[in-house]
Amino acid sequence: MSNPILALRAVNKSFGPIDVLHDITLEVKAGEVLCLLGDNGAGKSTLIKIMSGVHQPSSGVIEIDGVACPLPSPRAASEQGIATVHQFGGTFPLMSIGRSFFVGVEPTKGWGPFKVYDRRRANAIAVKAVQEFGITRIDDGDRLVGGLSGGERQSLAIARAVHFGARVLILDEPTAALGVKQATHVLRIVNEAKRRGLAVVFITHQVMHAMAVGDHFAVLIRGAVAADFKKGEKTREEITDLMAGGASMASLEAEIESQMAQA
Amino acid sequence: MSSTISIGGLLRRPEAGAALGLVAVLIFFAIFGGMTFLKPAGMASWLNVAANLGVIAIPLGLLMISGELDISVGAMVPFGAMTTAVISGHYGMPIWIGVFAALGFGVLVGLINGFLVIRTAVPSLIVTLGSLFAVQGIVLGLTVLITKSTSVALATEGPAKAIFGDFVMGGQLQVMVLWWLGLTALYIFFVHFSPFGNWIFAMGGDKISARNAGIPTERLTMMLFVLSATSAAFVGMCQAILYNSAQVAGGQSFIFNSIIAVVVGGVLLTGGFGSVVGIFFGTITFAVVTQGIYYTDFDRNWSSLIIGVLLLGAVLMNNTFRKMALSYAPKKGGK
Ligand SMILES: Nc1ncnc2c1ncn2[C@@H]1O[C@H](COP(=O)(O)OP(=O)(O)O)[C@@H](O)[C@H]1O
Ligand SMILES: [Mg+2]
Repeated sequence: MSNPILALRAVNKSFGPIDVLHDITLEVKAGEVLCLLGDNGAGKSTLIKIMSGVHQPSSGVIEIDGVACPLPSPRAASEQGIATVHQFGGTFPLMSIGRSFFVGVEPTKGWGPFKVYDRRRANAIAVKAVQEFGITRIDDGDRLVGGLSGGERQSLAIARAVHFGARVLILDEPTAALGVKQATHVLRIVNEAKRRGLAVVFITHQVMHAMAVGDHFAVLIRGAVAADFKKGEKTREEITDLMAGGASMASLEAEIESQMAQA
Repeated sequence: MSSTISIGGLLRRPEAGAALGLVAVLIFFAIFGGMTFLKPAGMASWLNVAANLGVIAIPLGLLMISGELDISVGAMVPFGAMTTAVISGHYGMPIWIGVFAALGFGVLVGLINGFLVIRTAVPSLIVTLGSLFAVQGIVLGLTVLITKSTSVALATEGPAKAIFGDFVMGGQLQVMVLWWLGLTALYIFFVHFSPFGNWIFAMGGDKISARNAGIPTERLTMMLFVLSATSAAFVGMCQAILYNSAQVAGGQSFIFNSIIAVVVGGVLLTGGFGSVVGIFFGTITFAVVTQGIYYTDFDRNWSSLIIGVLLLGAVLMNNTFRKMALSYAPKKGGK
């Protein structure tokens, strides 16, 4: 479709003597969901930490809009429009929806030293932003974030990132801790973000969830991209097979059965 | 979205427990001690205690909301007092030099505390435990070295006396009460109305996310440590001017007392939740218990029991109210 917003070119990462990532080359495009699949310990979190400026690659290049662009800090990444939403979404459970939405960029009213935090405006904008993502049950910006369900919290965090101009949304296992209904919620919001033209990196080890939203898939095994394919090019069984990296088909079947029961 | 006041809405506020605790304590002492402690003379006794404690408790509470702790305040009170007394009493220099030196040392110790906390991974409890003992040692060592005594006299006249260490309104209320009320109003503005207050809560909620959101967490941490150490030095300085003398000892009671005031006031020990008004109520509650006991027939030793029970009760109540606040979801069409 378009040129990639974010690309990794031959990225390696080692922590001292431990090589965690090998020669990773990946691209994320606007309006596209890249699903990063892989078993626990495959290096998914390390990879997204490189994309979000938390870790620096040991070698290799990060490109933004086709230009090499190192991300020395999470700040630098977010200035480039790269936003990361972690597993539990809202990070300030005891803050109100409005206040947590605007942490660091609080809207004010009044003048000079008497500028005060504009609670009404913050609440209204925050509530509107989540509701536009289809979470209509959030209608009071004074509620505490910790009182929201897991899915709602994820939605709030995603809405916040989009509101503040994110172009690349990185979601680290957003559905892992959620029930079926909540996970569906989050998947719907991923689709909405995609519809708005964001590039989404969706990390998961649940193949069903990946297949529901993914346009592009990369399977990570022991720190290397073992497969890189587009939607419809592989079946669920093949993907699961890849992720497991050669486990017997019989045990895979059982695993799929249980995953289907879960999903 | 409604801003109507409801009982439920009030109970979900961080200061709910502190307000109820204060009412309970007032009723208790009204029953067992009569109304004397609510008459001017009685009120002055607990307002004075509350003021000296409150000036320290609020910045300490803000540190706790931000996820840190500062127990070095226990040494900063005598340090502030002794600095003033040695400079302006023993050496006879102008009082303002003593005042600024005391505050200056407060800033310095606060900077050291803050620097150590942000530069090392050592928890602030341990860092400030270290500075508590270090400062105590400095105060004792230097005072004895310079004055050959552990108590130094100080005579102050003029505006400094009136501003920092005098009695007002008929001679029973310390001027500190006015400082406390004024500072409380300022803190309420900065913490709950200015946009910066949000940063303190965000830091206590999740420091890394707060930093990623662009909040200068390190500078803010330094500022809060400077604020608490300087406030404690300020209280010590004012006490030296008020009582015309300073002692090397004393001040340790401020550590526990201010933590009690803060926790009774609804601040969450692990940070991220609390309010200045709550700390204000918690401070008054503490002062009423320690002073109200004199107006009852109970031996004053029982006041510690009451404070212990109060502390546990307040924490349990605050936990309950916080859970209510967390689980609160407005019902469509209801209120
Ligand atoms: N800071 C680190 N230092 C050393 N090893 C690390 C560090 N972070 C991750 N690793 C190692 O890298 C591997 C991949 O971890 P991770 O990226 O968290 O995997 P995933 O998110 O796919 O489960 C693991 O073996 C882990 O032990
Ligand atoms: Mg992980």
